[in-house]
Amino acid sequence: MTEPVLSIKDLVVEFPFRDDVFRAVDGVSFDIMPGEVLGVVGESGAGKSMTGSAVIGLIERPGHIAAGEIRLKGERIDNLPEEAKAKLRGKRIGMVFQDPLTSLNPLYTIGEQLIETIRTHLPLNEAEARQKAIDLLSEAGIPKAAERIDSYPHQFSGGMRQRVVIALAIAAEPELIIADEPTSALDVSVQAQIIKVLKKLCANHGAAVMLITHDMGVIAQTADRMVVMHQGKVVETGTVGDIIRRPQEPYTIKLINSIPTIQRQAGDVTPAEAANDDGAYVQIKHLVRDFEIGGGGFLKLLPGKVEMFRAVNDVSFAIEKGKTFGLVGESGSGKSTCAKMIVGLLRPTSGTITVDGHDIWAGGAGHQERRKRVQMIFQDPYASLNPRWRVADIIAEPMRTLGIARNRTEVEQRVAELLTRVRLDPSVMRKFPHEFSGGQRQRIAIARALSSQPEFIVCDEPTSALDVSVQAQVLDLMQELQDEFGLTYLLISHNLAVVRQMSSAVGVLHNGVLVEKGPTDAIFDNPQADYTRMLLDAVPDISRVA
Amino acid sequence: MLAFIARRLFQSVIVMLAVAFIAFMVFRYVGDPVSSMLGQDSTMADHEALRERLGLNEPFYIQFYHFVVNALQGQFGISYRLQQPVSQLIMERLPATIELAFASASIALVLGVVLGIYTALRPRAFSTGVIMTASLIGVSLPTFLIGIGLIYVFAVELKVLPSFGRGEVINLGWWRTGLLTESGLRSLILPAITLSLFQLTLIMRLVRAEMLEVLRTDYIRFARARGLSQRAINFGHALKNTMVPVITITGLQLGSVIAFAIITETVFQWPGVGSLFVNSVAVVDVPVMAAYLVFVALVFVVINLIVDILYFIVDPRLRDGAKSGR
Repeated sequence: MTEPVLSIKDLVVEFPFRDDVFRAVDGVSFDIMPGEVLGVVGESGAGKSMTGSAVIGLIERPGHIAAGEIRLKGERIDNLPEEAKAKLRGKRIGMVFQDPLTSLNPLYTIGEQLIETIRTHLPLNEAEARQKAIDLLSEAGIPKAAERIDSYPHQFSGGMRQRVVIALAIAAEPELIIADEPTSALDVSVQAQIIKVLKKLCANHGAAVMLITHDMGVIAQTADRMVVMHQGKVVETGTVGDIIRRPQEPYTIKLINSIPTIQRQAGDVTPAEAANDDGAYVQIKHLVRDFEIGGGGFLKLLPGKVEMFRAVNDVSFAIEKGKTFGLVGESGSGKSTCAKMIVGLLRPTSGTITVDGHDIWAGGAGHQERRKRVQMIFQDPYASLNPRWRVADIIAEPMRTLGIARNRTEVEQRVAELLTRVRLDPSVMRKFPHEFSGGQRQRIAIARALSSQPEFIVCDEPTSALDVSVQAQVLDLMQELQDEFGLTYLLISHNLAVVRQMSSAVGVLHNGVLVEKGPTDAIFDNPQADYTRMLLDAVPDISRVA
Repeated sequence: MLAFIARRLFQSVIVMLAVAFIAFMVFRYVGDPVSSMLGQDSTMADHEALRERLGLNEPFYIQFYHFVVNALQGQFGISYRLQQPVSQLIMERLPATIELAFASASIALVLGVVLGIYTALRPRAFSTGVIMTASLIGVSLPTFLIGIGLIYVFAVELKVLPSFGRGEVINLGWWRTGLLTESGLRSLILPAITLSLFQLTLIMRLVRAEMLEVLRTDYIRFARARGLSQRAINFGHALKNTMVPVITITGLQLGSVIAFAIITETVFQWPGVGSLFVNSVAVVDVPVMAAYLVFVALVFVVINLIVDILYFIVDPRLRDGAKSGR
């Protein structure tokens, strides 16, 4: 039997606090064989990233390895002095981080960063290093690498930057690559390409991969074996197929069940009948939004100087009362711009939006009416709640500004009621947002949206900042509230599985154009537009594991 | 890039015109220069003659026009007090102020950046604690107190450095420099330190805060993960990113050092523009005050322009931003 590239035994990482010690990683053991891709999966706080940091020796202080050992090709590395550890980094262990937008130094060209890294590890002169950098970039799938090498990171798209990051990680031919959520910040179509590039490069260079992710779909497509982590401990280890099809531990079973899939499941919402658009509750007709680019300031006064960018181009759809319409698209497709126009935060260049027959941009009484009827739930529950306000004030604000409830006891009573409806204890209303987890905060955001008694809620990526199991709970809650109050939802998401699970009709947005719309099943099972087909094919899905 | 600079120049012209207008208003309406110039025992005819000579009888907008046209030629009229052209007075004293300002700005910048980096890289060291505490004292003590304290220690008690004046100066054309003589350099030390202390602490704290921020970013973590040396990370990757905001503050501080060295110049009897201004205020020498106002505005406008251009050189994102206009 060959020796494992990486062998971790009983690893413990601790963070000492004033009166307590927090164990981020608690007795983790696993091996990675040469050329193998090992997936490490778990929800946030499971300790998977911390394990990666421990291997490469980059744990933030005051955290430290308290026990256990890490061996690279049989040689113990966890107790090496700092300089020796630094020599391993990049040379024998490479790392890819989650967010390609922040992983590269914005003030240096990608060439400078590559050449610097190559020359740190390999005895090459400037010209040779430059040639190697160009080769690496072309290998990572960057077209015209020789020309683009002198570009700055901001001149590349997210996917391209992640290719650069992978090229950087592999530059010195390390034996092990730690990829920490390498695709989580990317669109699905880009995600698939990056996984391919990562796999190909590591195979070409014979590097083993430790792939850290919360996305079981990515693991299913990429990894050979997987490790499931929960609260710092390894819950289950095995081949990917075994774990996904026959999970043994209760936690793994729960995790796998909470993953929405783009395949149809029993118990999903019933598809909408072929809807008559004219009678629909929410109608969006020929919606257009232009943005000005270029020629700011007094150049605007000159004619012909202003360039226009059409973010949303003639989008029309309708939503039946009490149903959910899913709007799908990648970043930059104009879905959030649509959401802002529909809730009245951004004035459309042309087109109409009517809710229950009222044009929400008509102004006057319709304006006030719109604010009551239409509410919004935002993506990031960490940023959408005012951190200096108590929960009760946050939830009560729409009631106060819209004059729904005036006196104190009435407001308090309604806040308590709303909290109960989103399955939170009414006593939490005295607390501040930071005292809650992400899922709880999103419940508070939902309670706030409900507090003006709306009939129509626009949900802009309501679960993409949440862990899968929490996502499942929030989606269930949204479903229950819809049944209870007959709410109408516009669900905006890049996550096709979530949309499939929740909506009765779907629209696919690409570069501001609605390329396809129709009942959910029709779109998912029989997509007509090429773009929709490409999008569906790109989704990493655990149900495809052979 | 050119469009950007043109736009900034256009803004600068507007700023300068606005300041010129304020300066002119001061010139026109503060006190009565004629009576302060002629004294008690002058006749009405003397007053009238002087008014005519100074152009004070013409309409308001003509006077402003003349003021701007003259200012563009460097003419700010004649000092009431010294009976010399104001521009000549300022030019004579400008070298002293500029030498003092650049000396203190250099001290502040070099020490500030070095100490800032040091304290950022060793956030927990004892020496960092000492430096940070000392810097707090530096910020909170008023300039004149530091100046007087330094004079007391080094000039009065130790008798190693002079306590006032510029020492011997050498004429290089119109520029009278004190940097080429020993006594000139010795005279520069105390005022330069006094003036630099506040800027030094400010720059140091700024560099430290920015550096700590930058060291936490993903690209620094990624640079570590690539195995780059500590040196390359700290001084190559981190420092350049730290410098962007530091440039702004330093530029503005340099402006205020040149413009508002008044207290230091007064304490050390430094024959610069600041002490000229203080003496002029005392006797309502309005042309000097007006010219000083315009001069200070000019210093700030020019420095701001330089800072904006430096931004372009340091940050490639701005270069592209200006091209595509975002």
